[in-house]
Amino acid sequence: MNWRMQFNAFSTIISKEVRRFTRIWVQTLIPPAITIALYFVIFGELIGRRVGEVGGFDYMEYIVPGLIMMSVITNSYSNVVSSFFSTKFQRSVEEMLVSPMPNYVVIWGFVLGGVARGMSVGAIVTGLSLFFAHLDVVNLWITISMVTLTAVLFSLGGFINAVYAKSFDDISVVPTFVLTPLTYLGGVFYSINMLPEFWATVSKINPIVYMVNGFRYGILGVSDISIGVAYGMVIVFILCLYGWAHWLLQRGVGIRQ
Amino acid sequence: MDTALQVSDLRKTYSGGFEALKGISFEVQSGDFMALLGPNGAGKSTTISIICSLVNKTSGKVMVYGHDIDTDFAAAKMNIGIVPQEFNFNQFEKVADILRTQAGYYGLDAATARQRTEKYLKLLGLWDKRDETSRMLSGGMKRRLMIARALVHEPRLLILDEPTAGVDIELRRSMWSFLKQLNREGTTIILTTHYLEEAEQLCRTIAIIDHGQIIEQSSMKAFLAKLDRETFILDLSADVDAAPQLEGARTELIDPHTLEVELSKQDSLNAVFARLSELGITVTSMRNKANRLEELFVSLVEGKQA
Repeated sequence: MNWRMQFNAFSTIISKEVRRFTRIWVQTLIPPAITIALYFVIFGELIGRRVGEVGGFDYMEYIVPGLIMMSVITNSYSNVVSSFFSTKFQRSVEEMLVSPMPNYVVIWGFVLGGVARGMSVGAIVTGLSLFFAHLDVVNLWITISMVTLTAVLFSLGGFINAVYAKSFDDISVVPTFVLTPLTYLGGVFYSINMLPEFWATVSKINPIVYMVNGFRYGILGVSDISIGVAYGMVIVFILCLYGWAHWLLQRGVGIRQ
Repeated sequence: MDTALQVSDLRKTYSGGFEALKGISFEVQSGDFMALLGPNGAGKSTTISIICSLVNKTSGKVMVYGHDIDTDFAAAKMNIGIVPQEFNFNQFEKVADILRTQAGYYGLDAATARQRTEKYLKLLGLWDKRDETSRMLSGGMKRRLMIARALVHEPRLLILDEPTAGVDIELRRSMWSFLKQLNREGTTIILTTHYLEEAEQLCRTIAIIDHGQIIEQSSMKAFLAKLDRETFILDLSADVDAAPQLEGARTELIDPHTLEVELSKQDSLNAVFARLSELGITVTSMRNKANRLEELFVSLVEGKQA
C-alpha cells in the first residue's frame, strides 16, 4: 500500500467517523452544549458572583477555558470508545482487519475522528461561552495546539479502552470512575494554588491539570503550571498511549483470537 | 499456472487449549473453484479466518499469490476478498456507504470507490437499495451485499464461507450462476458450504477437513469416481408385497409402490429393468437416492471417525 492509498484509507475512516457523529448530532453535539451551558449559568453566573476574582479574572472568565477543555476531553474520549467498541460489537471491525491498512492508519483515523468531535463540541461550547464571558485569546497558537493535543491524547485513551472492552459496561467504567473525577479535580473550577500545599502537590499527579492550565494560559495568559512542562507532559502521554494502542492492534488484543 | 493460495503446516491452538488445526497443508491454483468441506467444528472457518487475518495462527505459513501474509501482508490482503458466514457490516450504515468505505480501506480514491460501488451493487441487484440502511435489507440481500463488498477492490482470490446458508432456492441458483461467471472471468474461488450439491455443481477441486486435518484433496471428478455404487429410487405403477430379488443388487421396499435399488456402477440398469419386467413390475419413474458427493462425504467422515 503506497502513501497515496494509505491516505485514501485514512481519510475514509475520518469521513466515516464524522458521518457517524453528525448523523446522531442530537446525541453527540447537543447534550454537551446543554451541560456546559448549565455550568456557565450555575457556577459562573450564580455562584461565581460570590466567589469574586481568581488569578486576576472574574470567576466566570477563569472557568471558561477549563469548561471548554472538559467538553473536549469528554467528547474526544467518548467518540472513539463508543465508535470503535461498536465496530467490535457489530463485527464490522473485521472490514478493517481483512484490509491491507497498516495499524497506524486505523489508529490515527479513529483518533482524528475523535479530535473532530471534540473540537466540534469545543467550538460550540466556546460560542456559548461568549454569551456569558468576554474572551480575549492571549496566544492563539498555544490555545489551538493545546486543545488539539489534548483531544488526540483522550482519543487515544478512548481507543485503548474500546480495544479492552468486552461489554457496553466496560466503556463507561473509565469515563465514570477515572475521567470524571480527574477532570473535576483537574483545576477546571479552581486554581490549584488555592489548595493547601499538600493537595496542590498531589494535584500535579493529575495529567488533566497540565492540559487545563496550558489551555487557560493560551486564552487568559495565566497558569498554575509552566507552559513548557504542560506541553512536555501532554506529548509524553500521547507517545505512551500511542505505543500502547499500536501494540494492542499488532497483537490483536480483543479483536483477533 | 500461478498458485493462488499455498497453506503449509498451518496450526491453530486456541487459548483454551483446543487444537483447531493440526498442521494442514493445501494449495489452490489460480483460476480454480475449490470446495473446502467438513463437518461443523472441523476447522474450515478457522482456516479461512487465518488466511484473512481475522484469527492469529499458532504456526505455519500462508502465501497468497506468492505474498506471505506475515511479511508482505498488504500485498497478500489486496488479493483476497472474503464473504464471511455471519453478517459483519454496520447495520446502521447505508448500503452504498458500506461499499464505498470498504473500497477506501483498500486505498481506492473516492471516484473509483463510487464507480466500483455502482458496478457491484448493480451486478448483485442492490442498486435500488443503495440509500437504504443495511439492517432494513432481507437476509438474501444482506448476503449479496457481503459479496458485493468483498468484490469492491476486485480481488484475485474470493473466499466464501457458507454464502448461501439460509438463502431460498431461486436466489441460491442466481448466486451460483454469478459465481460461475466470476470464476470464468478469472477469479479464483474457495467455497465452504454444507450444501454438497452446491459444491458438486460449482467446484472443480475439493478439500475435506475433519478434526483439524485434511483428509482428502483431489479434483471433484477424481473424487466422485471413487464412488463405485449407486442407489436409485424406482416408483412402481402398482403395489408389490415384497422387494424383488435382483442379481448383484440390493433391494429394499420403502413402501408398497416405491423400491430402492443399490447396484455397482459397472452393472447395467437394463438387466434390472428386464428382470422387473419378467416379474410383471412396471416402473413409472426413477431418480438418484441422494447426492453422490454427499454419499462419499459421509462415508469418508464416518470412516475416519470409526
